[in-house]
Amino acid sequence: MTEAPLLSVEDLRVHFRVEGRVYRAVDGVSFAVERGRTLGVVGESGCGKSVTSLAVMRLVQTPPGVYAGGRVMFDGVDLLTLSARRMRALRGGRMAMIFQEPMTSLNPVYTVGDQIAESLAAHAGLKGAAARARVTELLELVRLPSAAKRASDYPHQLSGGQRQRVMIALALANDPDLLIADEPTTALDVTIQAQVLDLIGDLRARTGAGVLLITHDLGVVAETCDAVAVMYAGRVVETAPVAALFADPQHPYTVGLMAAVPRVDAARGRLETIEGSVPPPWSTAPGCRFASRCPLADARCRAEAPPLAAVSPGHAVACWRAPIEAAA
Amino acid sequence: MSPPEAGAAPPALEARGLVKTFDVRRGLLRRRVGAVQAVADVSFSVGAGETLALVGESGCGKSTLGRAALRLIEPTAGEVLLDGRSLTALPPGALRAARRDMQIIFQDPFGALNPRMTVAETLAEPMLLHGLADAGDVGDRVRALLAACGMQPFHAGRYPHEFSGGQRQRIGVARALATRPRLVVCDEPVSALDVSVQAQIVNLLQDLQAEIGAAYLFISHDLAVVRHIAARVAVMYLGRIVETAPTAEIFARPRHPYTRLLLEAAPRLRPGARSRTVVEGDPPSAMAPPPGCAFHPRCPMAEARCRIERPQLGRVGGADVACHFAEAAPTPQDEAPQAEEGMLARRIAALQAARAAVGQDRRPAAAPPPA
Repeated sequence: MTEAPLLSVEDLRVHFRVEGRVYRAVDGVSFAVERGRTLGVVGESGCGKSVTSLAVMRLVQTPPGVYAGGRVMFDGVDLLTLSARRMRALRGGRMAMIFQEPMTSLNPVYTVGDQIAESLAAHAGLKGAAARARVTELLELVRLPSAAKRASDYPHQLSGGQRQRVMIALALANDPDLLIADEPTTALDVTIQAQVLDLIGDLRARTGAGVLLITHDLGVVAETCDAVAVMYAGRVVETAPVAALFADPQHPYTVGLMAAVPRVDAARGRLETIEGSVPPPWSTAPGCRFASRCPLADARCRAEAPPLAAVSPGHAVACWRAPIEAAA
Repeated sequence: MSPPEAGAAPPALEARGLVKTFDVRRGLLRRRVGAVQAVADVSFSVGAGETLALVGESGCGKSTLGRAALRLIEPTAGEVLLDGRSLTALPPGALRAARRDMQIIFQDPFGALNPRMTVAETLAEPMLLHGLADAGDVGDRVRALLAACGMQPFHAGRYPHEFSGGQRQRIGVARALATRPRLVVCDEPVSALDVSVQAQIVNLLQDLQAEIGAAYLFISHDLAVVRHIAARVAVMYLGRIVETAPTAEIFARPRHPYTRLLLEAAPRLRPGARSRTVVEGDPPSAMAPPPGCAFHPRCPMAEARCRIERPQLGRVGGADVACHFAEAAPTPQDEAPQAEEGMLARRIAALQAARAAVGQDRRPAAAPPPA
C-alpha cells in the first residue's frame, strides 16, 4: 500500500507520575489503522490498551499523565503537537470515540437527541429543523426502533443496547474518518453484542472509516478485525493480520492467551494458565516484560528487551525465542 | 425435568415449581403498581458432584433463581430440597445450620469480602460458626484451605484490598468451600476476570469439585465457559427454563430457537467463522411479558399459536424443550468439532513442555480440611 495509513502510532510513550514513581503505562507502542479497516488492540487489564486509545484522542489527563515520547500521526499531522483548540475540533468531528459504559458517557439530564444535536451544532453548524432531521437519520442508521420518538428520551429510559446505539450515533454524527471503540460491547449481552458489532462493521463498510477496536476478547477480535496488536505490560508483543495471528501465533503470551480461553465451538481439556502476574508498571527491570512468566525465558530475555521484528509480511513479534517450537 | 429414579440417592439440590415475584412500587405512598415475575415455575435438580449451568441474558432471572434456591431471598412459591430435605419450611435456626451445606461464590470478589477482615478471619469464621474447627486447629485449617486454593500462608494476615481480582476470587472460592458444602451456587464467578486468571479459577473450581464432591449451580452468560465446566445446561428466558439438556447434547443440537440464537451470537476464536443471523430487538420487560411464548417477538419461527399458547417443557430427543416447534428445529450445520488447529496446537505443546521443564505446572498442593 503506497498511501500513508489513516492513523499511525509511532513509539508512543505515556507515563504517569504518581507518588514519586513513574508508571510506564504505554511504553513504546506502534501500530497503524488503515482506512476502511479495523485494527484490534487486545490485552488484559492494565496492559495499556485503554490508555493508548485515550492518548490517540489526546484525552489522557496531564498531569499526572505525561506524553513521554513518540508520535500519533493522523492523516499526516502529529496530534501530540496540535493546539488544544484544533484538537477539540477533531474530537467528535473527524475522530470519534465509543466507550464501554454508555450510561456514564451520556449526560443523564439531556435527551439523547439534544446530545447528538449539540455535536452537530459544534462541528457542522447544523441547527433547528435540519439538526433534528439529521438526529433522526442517525438514530435510524443505528437501528434504534421508532427513532424520531426516541430522540426525546433520556438515557435512563433506554436499555443498555439502545444506549450503546445512541453512543454510536453520537460518534458517527459528523462522519468521522477514525472511530475508536474502547470495549464497546463488554457490558452487553451476547445477542446485543452481536448486533452492535455488526452495526459497527456495516457502518465502517459504508463510510470507509478506520476503526480502532480495544478489547480483551479474542473472539471479538477474530470476528471483527482485519489486523491485531497484542499488548502486554505497556508494549505491543505481537502484531499481525487477523488470520495470521490465529493460524500462526508466535509470542508465548499470545499462545498462552489462546490456550487459556474456553471455546464455544469445541470441547477442550484442562485450560492452560499463565502463571505469575504482570510486573508492576513502575518496574524498571531490563529485558522482556513477559520474562518473569515465560517458561522459555533465558538470560538474554531477562537482560535485553526484544524489539518487534517482522517474521512475515505484516506479522511482527517481540520475542527472542519466537517462533516457539516443540524442540525448544 | 425427569424425577430422580426410585431408590437412587436424592439429588444434592432439587427445586420444584419455584416462583419469585417482586412487587413494583412507585410514588410517594409506594403503591404497588405492578409485579415482576423474576422466576416463574422453575423446576430442576443437580446431582451430587455435578455441575448444572444456568445460562441466559441479563434480567432472565438466573441470579434470582440461584438466590431463591439458597433461600437468600424467600421464594414466593415452590419448594427447595437439599439432599432430599426440604429447606422451604425450615425455621431460622435450622436454616442457619443448613447453610453449612450450601454456599455461594459471587461475581464481584471486591464486594463479596469484608474489607475489615483479614483473609484468615474471613476463612475461619464459617468453620468456627459451624463447629468444623476450634480455636486450636483453625489456623492449620485456614493454611490448608489457602494452599488448596493456590495461595501462600503469608496471605492469611492480609486484607482484601491487598490482592488482585484473581486472588480475591480465590479467597471467595476458599470461603465458599471452607465448610465442605454439598452445594455451591457460583454466580458468574469468572465474568469479571481476565482470561488468564479466569482459566486459573475455572481449573480451581474443577479441582475442588473433584476433591469434595460438591454440586455446582453455575450461573453464567458465557457459553464457552459453560461448555467447559458444566455437565448439563439449563437455558432461561424471562424467568422460565426454555431448554435443558446434557452439555454435549445442547451444543451439538440446540433445539429451542433462543438457545440457537445464544449459540450463534457467541464469538468464535476463528477468523471468518462467522455465519450468524443476528436477531433484532431486546429481551422484553419482565414486568410485561409477552403472551404465549415469551420469546415469540424475537423468534424467527414464531407462528400464530406461539402468540397465544405458552409451550410447556417437553421431551425431545435428549433434551427438554419448551417450544411448539422443537421437533421441527432445523438440523444445525454441523460445526465440525474444532480440534486445536495445527500450528496453535504445536505451540501450546511446546509451551507446556517448557513449563513442565521449569516446574511451573502448579496444581493445588493439599486438600481442604476434612469436615
